[in-house]
Amino acid sequence: MAGVAVSTTINGDHVEYLCQPDETLLEVLRDRLGLTGAKEGCGTGDCGACSVIVDNRLVCSCLVLGAEAEGRQIETIEGMAHGDQLHPLQQKFLEHAALQCGICTPGFLIAAKDLLAKNPSPTEEEIRFGLAGNLCRCTGYDKIVRAVQDAANVMKGA
Amino acid sequence: MRYIRPLSIEDAVGELARAVGPAAILAGGSDLLVRMKGGFIEPELIVDIKAINGLSDIQETADGFRIGAAVPCAVLGENKALRKAWPGVVEAAKLIGSKQVQGRCTIVGNLCNASPAADSVPALVAAGAKAVIAGPSGKRTIAVESVPTGPGRTSLAKGEIVEAILLDKRAPNSGDAYQRFIPRTEMDIAVVSAGVNLTLDEHGVIKAARVALGAAAPTVLLVAEAAQVLVGSKLDEATLERLAKVCSGACRPIDDKRGTIEFRRKVAGVLAKRVAATAYERAGGK
Repeated sequence: MAGVAVSTTINGDHVEYLCQPDETLLEVLRDRLGLTGAKEGCGTGDCGACSVIVDNRLVCSCLVLGAEAEGRQIETIEGMAHGDQLHPLQQKFLEHAALQCGICTPGFLIAAKDLLAKNPSPTEEEIRFGLAGNLCRCTGYDKIVRAVQDAANVMKGA
Repeated sequence: MRYIRPLSIEDAVGELARAVGPAAILAGGSDLLVRMKGGFIEPELIVDIKAINGLSDIQETADGFRIGAAVPCAVLGENKALRKAWPGVVEAAKLIGSKQVQGRCTIVGNLCNASPAADSVPALVAAGAKAVIAGPSGKRTIAVESVPTGPGRTSLAKGEIVEAILLDKRAPNSGDAYQRFIPRTEMDIAVVSAGVNLTLDEHGVIKAARVALGAAAPTVLLVAEAAQVLVGSKLDEATLERLAKVCSGACRPIDDKRGTIEFRRKVAGVLAKRVAATAYERAGGK
């Protein structure tokens, strides 16, 4: 199979890569670019562990081909903190112990970032619905919801 | 395998028509990539249609709306004019998958994947939506219910692409609605579903109706007899009971892990009543 040459933007950086036509964006991020923050949980768009933002849309990177990234703006978990300065969502996930094993956490953080960008003051129900595409087998979700609520308050005050 | 991103519908049609091996159309990919990963399909050619001019837009025209084949369902939900005119179509499209899937999945993909349980299809059938098809011998426009012919099968010929869905301009006093039964609160596949689209006269009497059922037969059912029950009524209790009976009777469901034949029949009737009541209210009926 001939490789596809892709030129794209990831976390503000211009990136070029060659990928196979059937390679997913998740595989490209993890295996070609060393961006291993996005995780493969199910590989079928059910668990949200591979969530990234493409052109301001939250998507599962396992359901996007690497070739489709041409000319797009991609945001991954690696772009969330500024150096040592954690994003308020990351800080609040730590404070509220909103993670245990941590596999789902990058996906939750990206999904929560997208949620708060579109709705800065979500109700608890809106948070639960907004994050329903992300599965967590450890926390029982309550701590995640509280962390997102707290982060929303901090971000509104900022 | 080859991945291409043509810039015109003619190029896309040409590539698909010339393809020797299995070829697939990629819009949102939320069905295609899962089927590829599962080994159910091994396309030699993937035609990404998202760069084709006009396929990623919702256009409001003199005749109504034209929804491009590559428009993600999330964008349908963000379009105020569409939400106002066709709330049932939008609420059905918004039920497909999670936020992540909403950002990718399309109603044309939902239609062409040809699942009997597709959420947007009963709403589109009830709405009288049409599919604009581009193919090697030109363009044709057909009713959406003529696209799926059975589970996973469509009437599309080699080289044909559904490029847009057309929804009519709304007549006054009209409303549509869609509901499904699932055992969870969200993110599940319909066990059975119903879409209803009504137009009332100035006295609240139903003058036009379309009723569609999902997951109740090999394809989405347009139940003409149910529409006849509704026309001429103000949706009184007796009419609703007749509607439920007709809808339950029209079902040709299967027993599977999601539900039994008996359950699907009963719930089809219950949903038809509830959805008709919502559509009636949205149409301004009291």
